[in-house]
Amino acid sequence: MVYLTRKAEFSASHYYHNPEFDIEENKRIFGKCNNPHGHGHNYTLEVTVRGQVDQRSGFVVDLKELKEVMNREVIDAVDHRFLNKEVNEFRDRIPTTENLAITIWNWLQPKLQVAELHRIRLYETQDLFVDYYGEP
Amino acid sequence: MKAYLTRRYWFSASHRLHNDSMSEEENRTVYGKCNNPHGHGHNYALEVTVAGKVDPSTGMVCNLADLDAFIHERIVERFGHENLNMLSEFNNVVPTTENLCIEIYNVIAREFQHAPVEKIRMEETTCNSFEYAGGRELRA
Repeated sequence: MVYLTRKAEFSASHYYHNPEFDIEENKRIFGKCNNPHGHGHNYTLEVTVRGQVDQRSGFVVDLKELKEVMNREVIDAVDHRFLNKEVNEFRDRIPTTENLAITIWNWLQPKLQVAELHRIRLYETQDLFVDYYGEP
Repeated sequence: MKAYLTRRYWFSASHRLHNDSMSEEENRTVYGKCNNPHGHGHNYALEVTVAGKVDPSTGMVCNLADLDAFIHERIVERFGHENLNMLSEFNNVVPTTENLCIEIYNVIAREFQHAPVEKIRMEETTCNSFEYAGGRELRA
């Protein structure tokens, strides 16, 4: 089994707010991230797939195909977007890095015919990242 | 759904690797330059990974503000700009980065209430890094 990781970058804005909490509670829990006008990050996405090395090509996965799927399913949907307002998954769900990593898994997993998805790692900043392995 | 949240912190500290139960010569052989009696220092990078179900009401594994406050108070304030050999944690333990990882993991596992710690990763330099998951195997 060999693991292969492809990296991509995108920039997006978001804010954290739960309409079931009152104004004070939203501020207390989410702090600066509660600013309704949003704030942005340069996200780095690492998609790790795994599989046996194909004897003819020497590949676990055709990187060109993986890159195309990532661009089509993820980058086109989120790059230079306000996640709360422009991405359907976040109309009723807070776009934390945890939820964004899970959403990206859910977008990619059914589309990746070419290899088995192993891990989504999503950096919100260099000092903060989330890993999701598809665990319930 | 279970996710793993990792946050990176920094602190600087000095140490000397020396074991009293070894002879001076053996200490020099085992620890080399790190046995210099006056100590030497590092900028340590500390990665703390906590794991758990994402809370549907917040979208979080744990609130970053709680984790940051805890790590600053219990780890960065405790070890930052200190000579590790002078601290009670290392009275009878050589302050290698292995042992520092284990100590930090144990403090977080024992005292941090908001989410279980999954693992600690420390970079002593950009060339050396250490990971400890409470004795468990690392998640692939």
